[in-house]
Amino acid sequence: MLRKKKCVAMLLAGGQGSRLYALTSKIAKPAVSYGGKYRIIDFPLSNCVNSGIDTVGVLTQYQPLVLNDYIGNGQPWDLDRAYGGVHILSPYQGKLSSDWYKGTANAIYQNLHFIKSYSPDYVLVLSGDHIYEMDYSRMLNFHILNDADCTIAAIRVPIKEASRFGILNTREDGSIYEFEEKPKKPKNDLASMGIYIFSADKLYKYLEADAADKNSHNDFGKDVLPAMLNAGEKMFAYLFDGYWKDVGTIDSLYEANMDLLGDSPKFNIFDPSWKIYSRSPLSPPQYLGEGSKVNNSIVLSGCEIYGTVENSILSSNVVVKKGAVVRNSIVMADVEIGENSVLEYAIVDESTFIGKNVKIGEEKSAGKGIAVIGRELSVGDNVTVEGGAMIEKSLTKEDK
Amino acid sequence: MKALGIVFSNIHDANLPELVRLRTLGSIPFGGRYRLIDFALSNMVNSGITKVGVITKRNYQSLMDHVGSGKDWDLARKDGGLIILPPFGDRDSDTLYNSRLEALKSITGFLRHADEDYVVMTDCDNVCRINYNDVIEFHRINKADITLVYRKNKLEEDHAVTLNINTENRVTALKYENKTDSENNVFANIYVIKRSLLQNLIMDSLSYNYRHFTTDLLSAYVNSMRIMAYEHKGYFAAITSMQSYYEKNLGLLDEKNRHELFGDRSVFTKIRDSVPTKYGACSVVKNSLIADGCVIEGTVENSVLFRGVKVASGSVVKNCILMQNTVLGEHVTMNCMITDKDVVVRDRRVLSGSENHPFYIPKGSMI
Repeated sequence: MLRKKKCVAMLLAGGQGSRLYALTSKIAKPAVSYGGKYRIIDFPLSNCVNSGIDTVGVLTQYQPLVLNDYIGNGQPWDLDRAYGGVHILSPYQGKLSSDWYKGTANAIYQNLHFIKSYSPDYVLVLSGDHIYEMDYSRMLNFHILNDADCTIAAIRVPIKEASRFGILNTREDGSIYEFEEKPKKPKNDLASMGIYIFSADKLYKYLEADAADKNSHNDFGKDVLPAMLNAGEKMFAYLFDGYWKDVGTIDSLYEANMDLLGDSPKFNIFDPSWKIYSRSPLSPPQYLGEGSKVNNSIVLSGCEIYGTVENSILSSNVVVKKGAVVRNSIVMADVEIGENSVLEYAIVDESTFIGKNVKIGEEKSAGKGIAVIGRELSVGDNVTVEGGAMIEKSLTKEDK
Repeated sequence: MKALGIVFSNIHDANLPELVRLRTLGSIPFGGRYRLIDFALSNMVNSGITKVGVITKRNYQSLMDHVGSGKDWDLARKDGGLIILPPFGDRDSDTLYNSRLEALKSITGFLRHADEDYVVMTDCDNVCRINYNDVIEFHRINKADITLVYRKNKLEEDHAVTLNINTENRVTALKYENKTDSENNVFANIYVIKRSLLQNLIMDSLSYNYRHFTTDLLSAYVNSMRIMAYEHKGYFAAITSMQSYYEKNLGLLDEKNRHELFGDRSVFTKIRDSVPTKYGACSVVKNSLIADGCVIEGTVENSVLFRGVKVASGSVVKNCILMQNTVLGEHVTMNCMITDKDVVVRDRRVLSGSENHPFYIPKGSMI
C-alpha cells in the first residue's frame, strides 16, 4: 500500500533578514537566537511537532551553514523519523535549469516533487521569522470544516501599523473577498501571519500556473494568493489570538525578547503543555558568584556571573566578570564581558569577546536606539560604543 | 587498541541507603543537572570507548529512563554503544549476584562476544575527569596484567581499599583501612585489564570459589601477576556517604573544582528541554550553582539547585541541595537541607540541618 501523510509542512527559511543587519550578516534569519535558549526556527518546528505534523521541508538559501548544522537530523524536535521527519531543501541543479529560489512561491514550486512524494491532502506553508505558539491542527480542522482551498492565519494588529502587513478583508463567515499587500489606507486590522494551508491539488495547480507566468514575482502574497482569489477559490481567514511577533527588525527582535520578562510576561514560554524544543548546549549549570546581582532576567546554563545583570537575557556560556553591568540587553551564547564593562540597551551576538572598562550602548531614553555588536568579534579594553551603533568588525581603542 | 567499557551502576548502594531507595547509585543526581553515571559514561566516550556495558541489579528503572538509548552520550551505535546488562538470575537459586565478581560471572557471554582487547571497568561512586587512553598506555608500557587507578588522599570513610605500591608503581598489597587524616593511596574503583585475562580470572574464581574481586581475587594474585597502580591527579570526588554527597556537591561552588570538571564542556547528560531559568525582580543569589528551568524569586546562597526548582519570594535557602522540581512556597527558611526530587515545602516552614549532618527529605514529600 502506498503510504501517505495527511499534511506536509514547508518552512521558508531562506530569507536574508537584511533588516537585522549585523545579526544576519553570517547566518540566516531563522537561525538567529531568541530568548537565550532558542533560535527563531524552533518555534515553527516545535509548533509542527506539537500539532502532530511530522513531515517538514525546510527551504534554505541564504547562509545556510549554521542553520543546517542546527537542524541536523531533527532529533531535538523528534523529527528524525523513519517516514517523514525534517528535510533540508536547498536550491539544486536540474537537468534543464538551475535556479536560486526566486521567491516564496518559486521555492515551494521547485520542491513540489518532495511534497508529492508524501501524497499529502494538505500543505502547510510557514515562514521562519515569527515567534509564536500555535496549534496548526486546529487551523487544519478549520480549513477542512470550511471545505476551503486555502486558509490564511490572521491576527488583529493595531490599525496604525496595519499598513506594514498583508491585510485580509473578510465577509462575516470568515471568507476572504479581498487581499491587500501593505495597503496605504487599510480597511481592516486583520493581518496575514504568513501561515497558509492549501489543499494540495490547488497548490500544485496555482504554483504551476505561477511558474509559467514570466511576469510573476513568484511570491505567495503578491502573486499566488491574489490569483487564487481572482479565480474564485474558497479562501478563509483563520483568526489567531495568541502571542505573535514578526522579528524582522532589531527593534522587534529586542521587544520579543523583553516580552519574556516580568512577573506576568506577555509571552509565556514556561507552559509545559506546549514545549518549545531546541538543540541544547552541553553546559554545566549556571554559577552566580559571591558579588553577583541578577534581577528580572533570564539566564542559561553554562553562564558564570560575578557582576550585575538586570532586565536582560543571557544565552548559554556567557561570562559576566566582576564589576560588569548588563542592563536592558540581550547577550547571545559564548560571550565574555570583561571587568567593569557596562552594557545598556544593547544586543551582543554569539562568541564575541568584550574587554575591560568597555561601554556599549546608551539608555533607551537617549533615543539613539539599540547598539548591536555582531558575532565572533572582539571589543578591546576601554572602547566606547554609542547607542544605536551597528558593529560588524572588531574594535580596539586606537580605532576611535 | 580498542577497549570495552563496563560500568557498575550500583556496587556501592549500601553507602547511600536513603538516596538509592528508589534508584541505583548511578542515577543519583549530582551537580545540578547530572547523574553520577554521566561522569563514568562521559569519561568512556571522551576516551573513544564506544561500547559500554552497564551492570545493574535492582531499582534500575530510573537508570534506564536516564540513559535511554544512549544517544545523549553518543552511545546509540550500530556496533556496540550502550548496553544495559540486567542481572542474570540463577536458575537454581533465587538470589541475584552479591559482589563484583559474581556480577562479572553473569556477563561472561557479553565478554566472550566482544572483540576489544582491553576492558575498562569503573564504578559510579567516583566523579572525576580521566582519560582512559592514558591509563591503557600506562598499562601497555608497564606490561601490566591489571592496572588500578588510585589517588593520594586522606581516607574519608572506613573500609576504603588502599594500595601498597613499590617504587616502580607495582601494587604489593591491597588493604582495607579505616578513616584517617594521613595521606594514603586510595583505590578509585577503576580497573584496566586485558579482556582475555579477565575471562580467565572469572573462570579461576569459580574453581577457587573466590567471592570478592578486589580483596579475594586480586589479593591472591598480587605476587604472581603484575598489578600496576596509575595515579589520578586533579579533581576527584568520592561519593561514599550522605555527608560526602553533600560536601562534594557544594564543593562544585569552588571555581577550581568546577573548571576542572566542566571546563571543556564535555560531560554528557540526558537532554530534557527545560525552559531557561528566570530570576525575579527581588531575587538575591550568591555563590550558587543553578540549573535550567528554575524560577528564583527569593534568596539563595551557597547552594546547588537542580532543574525546575522554584523558590518563591521571601524564601531563604542557604547551604542546601535542592533536587529536580523542588518547590518552596513563600517565606520558607532552609539551611543545610537535601531535598530529593518533587519535594514541596509549604509557606513559612523553617527547616534546618547542620553542616556536619545535613537533613534529607525523601522524594515526593510534602512538608
